[in-house]
Amino acid sequence: MIAEAGLAALWLAAALALLQLVLAGLGLWMGRGARSTNNVRPELVEGRPSASTGVSLDGSGSPSTSSGQTDGSERAATAAQLIAGVRPVAIVQGLLAALSFVLLILLFIRSDMSVVLVAQNSHSAKPLMYKIAGAWGNHEGSMLLWVTVLAIAGGAIAIIERRLNEATLVATMAAQAAIALGFYAFLLIASNPFARLNPAASEGAGLNPLLQDPGLAFHPPTLYFGYVGLSVAFSFAVGALVMRDVGPAFARAMRPWVLGAWIFLTIGITAGSYWAYYELGWGGWWFWDPVENASLMPWLAATALLHSVTVLATRDGLRSWTIMLAVVAFSMSMIGTFLVRSGILTSVHAFAVDPSRGSFILALLILYIGGALVLFGWRIGSVKQGSTFELVSREGGLIFNNLLLSVILGIVLIGTLYPIVAQAMGTQLSVGPPFFNKTTAPIALLLMLGMAVGPMIRWRRDEGKELIGRMAAPIAVALAGLVAVFVIAPDTAILPLLGLGFAFGLAVASVAPLWKRNLRRTPLFTYGMVVAHLGVAVSVAGMASEAAFTQEKLVAVRVGQVTQVGPYSVVLEGIKPAVGPNWSALEGRLRVQRGDAAPFIMGPQSRFFSAPPTVTSEAAIETVFDGQLYTVLGQPDGEGRWQLRLWWKPFVTLIWLGGMLIGLGGLLSLIGRVVRERRIPNRMAAA
Amino acid sequence: MKKLLLWVPLLVFAGLVALAMHGLYRPNDPTIRSALVGKPLPALTLEPMLPSKPGLALGENPGGEPRLVNVFASWCVPCIAEAPQLMRLKQEGVAIDAIAIRDTGPAIARFLAEHGDPYRRIGDDPRSAVQLALGSSGVPETFVIDAQGRIAMQHIGAITEGDVPRILAALEAAR
Repeated sequence: MIAEAGLAALWLAAALALLQLVLAGLGLWMGRGARSTNNVRPELVEGRPSASTGVSLDGSGSPSTSSGQTDGSERAATAAQLIAGVRPVAIVQGLLAALSFVLLILLFIRSDMSVVLVAQNSHSAKPLMYKIAGAWGNHEGSMLLWVTVLAIAGGAIAIIERRLNEATLVATMAAQAAIALGFYAFLLIASNPFARLNPAASEGAGLNPLLQDPGLAFHPPTLYFGYVGLSVAFSFAVGALVMRDVGPAFARAMRPWVLGAWIFLTIGITAGSYWAYYELGWGGWWFWDPVENASLMPWLAATALLHSVTVLATRDGLRSWTIMLAVVAFSMSMIGTFLVRSGILTSVHAFAVDPSRGSFILALLILYIGGALVLFGWRIGSVKQGSTFELVSREGGLIFNNLLLSVILGIVLIGTLYPIVAQAMGTQLSVGPPFFNKTTAPIALLLMLGMAVGPMIRWRRDEGKELIGRMAAPIAVALAGLVAVFVIAPDTAILPLLGLGFAFGLAVASVAPLWKRNLRRTPLFTYGMVVAHLGVAVSVAGMASEAAFTQEKLVAVRVGQVTQVGPYSVVLEGIKPAVGPNWSALEGRLRVQRGDAAPFIMGPQSRFFSAPPTVTSEAAIETVFDGQLYTVLGQPDGEGRWQLRLWWKPFVTLIWLGGMLIGLGGLLSLIGRVVRERRIPNRMAAA
Repeated sequence: MKKLLLWVPLLVFAGLVALAMHGLYRPNDPTIRSALVGKPLPALTLEPMLPSKPGLALGENPGGEPRLVNVFASWCVPCIAEAPQLMRLKQEGVAIDAIAIRDTGPAIARFLAEHGDPYRRIGDDPRSAVQLALGSSGVPETFVIDAQGRIAMQHIGAITEGDVPRILAALEAAR
C-alpha cells in the first residue's frame, strides 16, 4: 500500500504543478489584458500582447490588489482569483512531493522487497542509516529527491516571498512549476521509483559498498539542494524576463537562493572531494572526473552569479549579464545531471547507463534551457541598461572576476565534452588532469589576484594610485612567502610555488577590509566575504602544498620490515581479520613513529562485501597539525609480502578546511542579508 | 551586432545538444581498434604453418607492394563466410598473407582444401602472441599493409561482399 500511496502522491503533485502553471499563465495573461483598460494608452486594449502593455503591468504594483479593487472589470477580478490560487497550489504541491519521498524512505526502512527499487538497491542486513541513504543512492530515488526539493523550494517561495512585484513572482512560480512538471513526467513515465516486483525478491541486492559511508550518504543530497537552488534562481530569471522586470528588487529576491545554492554546492563539492580522498584509497583529492566536473561547473557559474547579483541588487548594474549567468548556472546543473545519467560519458561513477532516460533528460534540457535562451535573446534587448561605472571600480573588479570564472568554466566544459566530440570524429581519447591542471591553474592565480584587489576598490570609481597603496601589505606578504618557500624548498615547481605565494597574499588581503573598521558595526555579510575569501586562500595553500611536498612510497614488505615516508617510519607488525555489520576485512597492523615521539598503531583494511561481492580499500589516515599520513593495504604477493601504499601529505587538510570556510562565509553572508532585508524592508539600495 | 550577440548562447547550446544527440544515438561500437594503425608492422617472425608454404616475417616487405595480412583460424565460423571474398581478392591479384591463430597444420590443410586457399604465406601463432602484438582481438581480422610496410587499415570481422571494393580501394591508396 505504501508504494501505491507514494505513486498517488506523485501523480497528484504532478497534477498540481500543471494546475499551478495553468493558473499562473492564465492569470497573467488575463491580468495583462484587463490592466490595459486602466492604461493611459487605450488603443492597446484589444488583442495586442505587445511589449508596452507588458511593461505597463510591472512597476505599478500587484494585479491582485490594484486590479481587484480599483478596477471593476470582471476580467481583472478573474485574473486576480486565478493568481491568488498559485501560492496555495505551490505549497500543497511541495507537501505532496515531500510525502511521496518520505513514503519511499519508509519502503527502504521496512526493506519492502516487493518494490523493484528497494530490491535492487537495499538489503535487509544493512545498517539503518544506509537503508535510508539507499532511498537516494540510486537513479530513481535521486530523481525523486531532486523533484521533491524543487517542489518544497517552490512552496517556500510561495510562503516567504512578499516583497517582489506580484506579477514577477507569479511568472517565477509558473517557471518553477514548468520545471517541476518535466521532472514529474520523467519520474512517472521513464523512472517510476515505486514500481512493484512480482514475485517479490527474497533478499535485496545491496547498496554499492563504496556508497556505504556517512560522507556519501549525505553528499548527493547536499549537491541536489545546490542544483535545485539554482533552478529557483533560473525561475526568477525567467520570471523577470517574461515580465521585463530586471532590477534590484528582483536581484534581492533571487540572491538568497543563489547564496543558499552556492553554500550547498560548496559543501557538497568539499565533502565529495574528501570522501573520494579517504574512501577510494588512491590518495588524491581531485581527479577532474566528468562527474566531479558536473558539480564544479554549476559552482563556477554560481560563484560568478553570486557576485554579479550583488552588483545588480546594490548598484543596479550588470542586468543582462546576471540574467545570463542565472540561465547558465542552472544549465550547468542540468547538463551535469544529463552527463551523469545518460551514459554518454564513461566515468568512475556514471550510473544508470540508459539511452531512453538520456533522451528524456535531453528533451527537458532542450525545452528549458533552449526556451530560456530564446526568451533571453528575444527579451533582454528591451531590458534597459542599468547604472554605469568606471573601469577601476568595485563593479569593474567583479566583472574581471566574472570573466575569469567564465573562462575556467569554459575550459572545464570543453575538457569534459572533448572526448565526446573526439568520439563523434571517430577517435577515442580521454582528457585527464594534466590538461585541466595546466589550463586552469594560471587563470585561478589571476582570479586570486582579482579576489585580493576587488574588495579594496570602491564602488563606481576609484583611483589606481590609492589602490596600489592599499595593496602594499598583501603584496609584501606574498613576496615574503615566495622567497621563504624558495629558500626552504628550492626544487618546488613554479605553479605550486606561485600558488603558495598568492595564498599568503590573498590571506592578508582578505582580512584587510576589516582593518580600521568598527568590528561590531561591520555588517555580517562583510564578515562572510572575508571568511569566504580567506577560505580560498587556505584551500589554495593546501592544494599547492600537497602538490609540491607530497611523498609517496609503494612497497612490498614482510612483517617486521621498516619503511620511511616523510617524517615517519612505518613497520608492518601483522595482518589480522576484522568484521563489520555486512563486511569482513583483512586489517594491517602498522606501527608508526615520528622521530622520537611515542609510536602509535594504524589499521588500513582491505574490505570484502558479500552483497554485491566487492573488495574495497579502507585507508587509515593519521591527521596531525602539519599534514596527513595516508596508508593503504594492498594485495599479498604470495611470498609472504604485503603491498603497502604510504603517502605523507603536508598540510593537505587545508584544502577541505578552506572549503568549509568558504561555505561558512556564504552562510554568514546569507544570514547577514536575510537579517538586513527584514530590518530594512523597502530600502532600495541596501549595500 | 549586439542583437546578434544575444543569440550566441543559444547557438552554443544548440551545438551542445547536437553533440549530446550524437553521443546518445551513436551505434554502440565496442570494437577494439589497434593502436598500430598508421605505424609499421612489428618485426616479428612466424614459423610456417604448413610444410608447403613459407612462414611470415612481418617486418620485411617482399616486393614493396601493398598486401593484406589476414588473421584467421580453421575453427572460426565467420572465417568460412569470409573465404569466398578472400578468393575473389586473390583473383584480383592481391597478395594475401595469413596468421593462423591457435591451430594445427592438418586442420588448416582441411580448411583450405574445403574453402579455397587464397594465401601466399601462412604463419603459425600458436598462443595468439603475435595477434595481440598487432592489436587484434579476434578472428577474422584483416590488416591492409602499404608499400612501406605500415598498417594502412584494420578491418575487424569477416570481409563481406560489400567490403571488397573498400579494401581494394585501400590497397590502391596504399601504393
